[in-house]
Amino acid sequence: MDLELGRPNLQEFSATLMELARADRDVLALTSDSRGSGKLDPFAETLPDQLVEIGIAEQNLVGIAAGLASAGKKVYAVSPACFLTARALEQIKNDVCYSDHPVKLVGISAGISYGALGSTHHSIHDIAALRAINNIDIVVPADNFETRESIKAALDWNRPVYIRFGKRPMYHLHFPETEFGIGKGITIREGNDLAFIATGETVYFAYAAAKQLEKHGVSSRVISMHTISPLDTELVLRAVKECSALITVEEHMVNGGLGEACAGVLMQAGAWRPMKIVGIPDEYTVTGNQLEIFNHYGISADGLAAAGRELLQQTEVNHVT
Amino acid sequence: MFTEKELEVKSILYRKKILESIKKANTEHTAGSLSCIDILNVLYNKVLNVSPETFRDPDRDRYIQSKGHSIEALYVVLADRGFIPESDLDTLAQYQSHYVGHPTRKVNGIEQNTGALGHGLSVSVGLALGAKKDNASHRVFTLLGDGELTEGSNWEALLAGAHYNLDNLTAVVDYNTLQITGRITDVLKTDPLEEKFRAFGWAVRHVNGHNVAELSDVLLSVPFETGTPSIVIARTVKGKGITFMEDAREWHHKVPDDDQYRLAMQELDEALAMYESTVDTDRGRM
Repeated sequence: MDLELGRPNLQEFSATLMELARADRDVLALTSDSRGSGKLDPFAETLPDQLVEIGIAEQNLVGIAAGLASAGKKVYAVSPACFLTARALEQIKNDVCYSDHPVKLVGISAGISYGALGSTHHSIHDIAALRAINNIDIVVPADNFETRESIKAALDWNRPVYIRFGKRPMYHLHFPETEFGIGKGITIREGNDLAFIATGETVYFAYAAAKQLEKHGVSSRVISMHTISPLDTELVLRAVKECSALITVEEHMVNGGLGEACAGVLMQAGAWRPMKIVGIPDEYTVTGNQLEIFNHYGISADGLAAAGRELLQQTEVNHVT
Repeated sequence: MFTEKELEVKSILYRKKILESIKKANTEHTAGSLSCIDILNVLYNKVLNVSPETFRDPDRDRYIQSKGHSIEALYVVLADRGFIPESDLDTLAQYQSHYVGHPTRKVNGIEQNTGALGHGLSVSVGLALGAKKDNASHRVFTLLGDGELTEGSNWEALLAGAHYNLDNLTAVVDYNTLQITGRITDVLKTDPLEEKFRAFGWAVRHVNGHNVAELSDVLLSVPFETGTPSIVIARTVKGKGITFMEDAREWHHKVPDDDQYRLAMQELDEALAMYESTVDTDRGRM
């Protein structure tokens, strides 16, 4: 591969938050016994007054975050995505979103990052759950650049925002001059046969699949759709207009995530294309580490390339008939 | 500043307005509003350093109503204090009105959207902690229902309030001992509350929640202990002021019919008449 390996998005997040907090004493990190998991020990040592420990109490974490935001603080509530968005869902819905406090919810070790710890520790429901709540933006950064930029963009964002990422080192996917904006997907590779619209840690695999397919004469577009809500519908529609088939990829259950969001856009625009939603299926999730689980469900260069070939064959059949 | 008698008159007038709103809008949380109205009366007329003019000031005192369903009581007090036009009360629960059946920030004077139970105390802890971070002197008050104390989030918030020594935070429990199903001790026992609150690190006082003088004394004396959050167990009667509604489970969620409404208003008018000779009731009038 031609990509350079960076660091875990988790570390990029903690370094970025430290920078922001040093420059602005209203920036607070709230943790639920999660400062270690959030790589925030240096933050706690350097800026002890700006780290608020809530203990293992996610509902309270989010309620207190809303109160602090109401008091004018710039609050990053940092907790494993699985607990933050399930245990505290009602607090997110009412205390933050309905009450319109611009809390920054940071879901760490998201998706299936915790691997073999099992479903209690997986967050493959979070995007679907939050998509159904009014007044929150959902951001799933793919690499260090998107993580850094989304954490920075959240600082003065005037709406609630949820940013979730994992803890595995990530490849750099972007050119240095790339611009980032919440709600604006990024095309990281042009192509016209197949479009991959991927999000978070799966974008790399879409990119790897595109490189593989290129060897077989298939030209693949790869879009990092870092913002799931609001969805960059223009970019989605352009992709299906200019490509013959579409594969969405996400570290999330196939129900209610990026794929279904894109499908909704396409169906309502009358822009049908052969399409496959790749994610974690609605079943008892297989045991394994994150990469093993990815591989099991076809979230891999080989799996996605095979899915691409299959879809394109379907397209040809459709063209014939 | 209002005298004790003037506040008592206000309480009667507030009760009339609450019933009027509920009857007009056909909303249903009748008894809870009557239970907490004297607490709100004292908070807004004696204790809270907030007014329509200062509502956007960072240094205003904050009030969070955790028992959001007693919204009619809050709307009536906000109208009397000039946060909202009194005529807005007529729009309660009407199509496209901002005056929904629970508090929202769309209504001037309201700090937080509540209604799901067990949320107000955590948000209040956040507000009080924010004030401490800024070395600000304003205070945070929250009203909890006794029924909602079975929500575990309250106990998480109690831990945090004590851990962070939030002596700028006061919670008042509207201790009327009833919830929608019946007596709290029968539904899920929470007593003894005082011992629990003390064990969680809060300073506790008891008060008659319908006695404006007692409420004023207690609420003006917070914090009870330096470095410790305060909690007031206000003994109240659900449906207070209307004899046939008092301490009766069914009035948690019921709109009076025309006869009941007439009877209730008559009782309040009679109560008001008792003050006519001794108090300038206009001072208390809305």
